[in-house]
Amino acid sequence: MSQPLLETPLCRWHESHGGRMVDFAGWKMPVQYGSIVEEHLATRRAAGLFDVSHMGRLTVAGPAAIDWLEGLLTRRVAGIEPGQARYTLVTGQAPGGGDVVILDDAIVARDEDAADGSPRLSLVVNASNRERVVGWLSSRLPAAGVRFADRTFQTAMIAVQGPRAVDVVTGLANAADAERIGGLRPYRTAVASIAGHRAGVSRSGYTGEDGVELVVDAAAAEPVWNALHAAGRPVGLAACGLGARDTLRLEAGMPLYGHELREESDPFAIGLGLGVTLDGRTFPGAERFADLRAHPRGRVRVGLAFDSKRTAREGSSVRQGGREVGTVTSGSFAPSLDRAVAMALVDRDASAPGTQLDVVVREVPQAAHVTPLPFHRRA
Amino acid sequence: MTAAMRFAKSHEWARPEGDGLVTVGISAYAVEALTDLVFMQLPEVGRRVKAGDSLGEIESVKAVSDVYAPISGEVVAVNAGLPGALETLGRDPYGDGWMVRIRPDSPAELDTLLDEVAYAALLKSQPH
Repeated sequence: MSQPLLETPLCRWHESHGGRMVDFAGWKMPVQYGSIVEEHLATRRAAGLFDVSHMGRLTVAGPAAIDWLEGLLTRRVAGIEPGQARYTLVTGQAPGGGDVVILDDAIVARDEDAADGSPRLSLVVNASNRERVVGWLSSRLPAAGVRFADRTFQTAMIAVQGPRAVDVVTGLANAADAERIGGLRPYRTAVASIAGHRAGVSRSGYTGEDGVELVVDAAAAEPVWNALHAAGRPVGLAACGLGARDTLRLEAGMPLYGHELREESDPFAIGLGLGVTLDGRTFPGAERFADLRAHPRGRVRVGLAFDSKRTAREGSSVRQGGREVGTVTSGSFAPSLDRAVAMALVDRDASAPGTQLDVVVREVPQAAHVTPLPFHRRA
Repeated sequence: MTAAMRFAKSHEWARPEGDGLVTVGISAYAVEALTDLVFMQLPEVGRRVKAGDSLGEIESVKAVSDVYAPISGEVVAVNAGLPGALETLGRDPYGDGWMVRIRPDSPAELDTLLDEVAYAALLKSQPH
């Protein structure tokens, strides 16, 4: 028997608003409320409201917190200022040991320092990898100086994305907080009161649109969500499920762990070199990454645009003149482009923009061409 | 829907017409469950199918599904305009949203399908 599904504090809201609930990484989550296409387009045109509470939220605090993470993450942690966030990979051993692999990708952020002056940081990790990241990091804890906690079940995370997203959020804050949120640059964070509830606010997201992600206490999730939904509806905000989240991130050319990014990936080949800072650093796997950067090899991540709406799915074979040159890692109809698109890993000599390729979809080759990522860039 | 309409458990409908042909489409439930239809492939006229064979494909944003022949026979007509107007399926799944007409090998095969009452009972047992 499988374990009962985990539920976010917004699960009842989803179920009572027509959410079509599915098992996603062990969580009961809405894939859509109505039409994925309409939810997707609402986010592009106005705003989308997403429950992303299934993602793992970990906290790291104490006088040695920065030094500890600096030795574990692929991005430099030592230079992060309070209120700043960075995209990083998490390398380490999977459960059972063995070689160091890429366990996940994550956002690491430094919050305001504690009252005693010691730093406080947070990590947001993928739901599918939370347990093994927690297990790996726990196994590396020093004897003293770091407090590490998994706060996933005590908190909720809500993403508000789209050209009207920041307006909707700031409309629920006092003047001072509204000004600070409105002035946040990408990958900057602040603490603010939203609809009367304390929220960590980050100018970030996974849709290719402007927007913020909010972390609130679990008990505040429903009132904050309801306030955002009510404030946003008049400007066209829609609650969005994981279906739209996936089509939005695909159009934005953003990788997803388990698809574009895997345990053995070469981050430089798949366009994630920005998630790795070498410079003589000593995180797990740094030597392998240094070698990969010095000697590029392996397949590279590209975008594919199709002539038809017939959609290639993960695993579809990519061919050139009958020879396999790659594999699709994610594919979908792209609502903003009204055509099918995909991301694929292909041989370097088949990766130039404009290269004509065939993708085998249900045994039938479909014409596609390599196109620069992202497919969609915000206006 | 008419009283004579029959349904397959895989959510296709089949309706005998006065001319001896059987019109086939997919049910309103199937259209609603799929949502966001983006692509459809229909068979060629003249193709012979057995009940349960794939008649074509219908693809939504999330997934691709086969459409199965509810009865055996020869495809004698296809609704060629439908793949370019998939919204028709949501508006009129039992009328303008028809997919193919089949000349049945045995009209009695229709009796092996679900009638309207039995199909409604099947839907009640589906997860929502």
